Amino acid sequence: MGYEELLIKTALGDERFVVMTAENRALVRNTAGAIGNRFIDTGITEQTMIGMAAGMALRGRIPIVHALAPFLTMRAYEFIRTDVGIANLPVKLSGYIPGFLSDGNGPTHQAIEDVSIMRGIPGMEVFCPADEDDLLNMLPAIWHSPAPSYVRINHKKGNYAHVPFQQGKAEVVSTGRDVTLLVYGFLFENAFKAKAILEEKGLSVGLVNMRSLKPVDEDIIISTALKTELIVTIEDHLQTGGLYSVVAEVLLNNRLTASVFPLALNEKWFKPALLQNVLEFEGFTPEKIAGKVIAEFHHHKKIANA
Amino acid sequence: MRKDKLDALQSVALNVRGHIINMSVGGGCFIGASLSCVELLVYLYAEFLNVDSTQLQSPGRDYLFLSKGHDVPALYGTLAELGFIDAGRLNNHLLTSDSIYWHPNRAVAGVEFHSGSLGHLPAVAAGVAFDCKLKNENNNVIVITGDGELNEGSVWEAVLVANAYKLNNLTIIVDRNQFQANIRTEELIPLEPLADKFEAFGCNVQRINGHDFAEIERALKNLSLGNSKVNVIIADTVRGKGLPSIEARADRWFCSFTQQEADGLLNELHGNEKALIESETLIVR
Repeated sequence: MGYEELLIKTALGDERFVVMTAENRALVRNTAGAIGNRFIDTGITEQTMIGMAAGMALRGRIPIVHALAPFLTMRAYEFIRTDVGIANLPVKLSGYIPGFLSDGNGPTHQAIEDVSIMRGIPGMEVFCPADEDDLLNMLPAIWHSPAPSYVRINHKKGNYAHVPFQQGKAEVVSTGRDVTLLVYGFLFENAFKAKAILEEKGLSVGLVNMRSLKPVDEDIIISTALKTELIVTIEDHLQTGGLYSVVAEVLLNNRLTASVFPLALNEKWFKPALLQNVLEFEGFTPEKIAGKVIAEFHHHKKIANA
Repeated sequence: MRKDKLDALQSVALNVRGHIINMSVGGGCFIGASLSCVELLVYLYAEFLNVDSTQLQSPGRDYLFLSKGHDVPALYGTLAELGFIDAGRLNNHLLTSDSIYWHPNRAVAGVEFHSGSLGHLPAVAAGVAFDCKLKNENNNVIVITGDGELNEGSVWEAVLVANAYKLNNLTIIVDRNQFQANIRTEELIPLEPLADKFEAFGCNVQRINGHDFAEIERALKNLSLGNSKVNVIIADTVRGKGLPSIEARADRWFCSFTQQEADGLLNELHGNEKALIESETLIVR
């Protein structure tokens, strides 16, 4: 089963669901034929789509809405905040090609602040699945929750067998004494491979698939801070407002401190190119992640021992 | 239009289409939306716009904004043919060593502004046009939009405001190729009668065949600077123009072809047999 099959099954099983798109049919090519007039394509009109979704939610519907992540979260931001957020309506946002997945499109199409701005809306939940398996694991709970939500859609095939999703809980792949990699979304796979490289170098490495950025699994962040020497946050997102910020907020909130090393986009948009070249250029291949983490870990040890 | 002039323009357009086909290999490009506006861009740069490739930042220049963005291979092809940029640079498409990718970037000489998020540049162009008026300067400010792009409310806001401030130095050219991404405009969010809509918003509207250089020339000569209205040229075009095997097809939007397919398309472009295309027919970006 893929995203669209689950979407159709969900809509056919429950009349409350409607599926909307601002003329981005990448994920919903066959949905119109399957669910008839509960599929609504509003054209290239992100703001109007969100306003209409709010209107339908007012009448008891659960709209699952689709657009490219940057235009969904930013073009329609005030409509999401004001019409969906203030009214706390169950509108389910599916953002396509978030983060590095926009590859060669350029900065206009780069949703690298989406986690930041979406989690800033009171009541809005934010989810970032690691791969298609993880996505399909998470969606039923997300779509049936009464909360508005934003999902960073990632339907790349992965090789990891994920544990079932629990609301607000991260997935712990391993725990480690030296370094723990906290990651979400599409970079999970490269973090997983980076972990293997680091282990070959003799490090004890933890890896956590964060899955839900809001609500976030505070317990896992706190226990990691207490049990590992260096926390590394890995995200295809601006350094401001994403996971690095979430970790800082949780630690401060609990009067804790820790060594946290961010791998993120620091005050920049990424270089547009085909995906593999983006990862090379921006330093997010498994080898480059591992190299940066080792350098930081040794730096950290030197300071700790000084 | 004199025959030698027409021949020269058509020859440039043919070469531009060749560049576009080459950019559809090795990662692909929005080929259909690029091929539809070749004549418009070639005429504007070759004959109309007051722009000098050696003085791109001259304050007296005319401005051209590509709001639809997907047509940037057509712009780069035109700039290469007219000597603004080195044609060899087009081989850098999608390389991290350059800034040539699926949407326009100002790092490429001749690009006035980036685009890709639809419905932005009518407003940006209105700002430029407003300042030209403030300074009593006579620059033409042209913005090319798609037709699907007209779904975005921001286009219509910009038209309202531009007419409120009598920006008759602003010209909006609609590349009316009849398609949104993968659907005909009239099947999804109908735009017609489009000229009536722009007229109702206070514009001076002309409708032309966007592949006919003589009609493009006539329309640009008829830009009314005498009254206080924003100019709109609705250019009826064909998506994928020049390549019958992909013309006016809903599934030929973003295309990533093999070298062999591109060679076939280049052959087809020059009037030979149709290319054999086996690549996936629909890629959504």
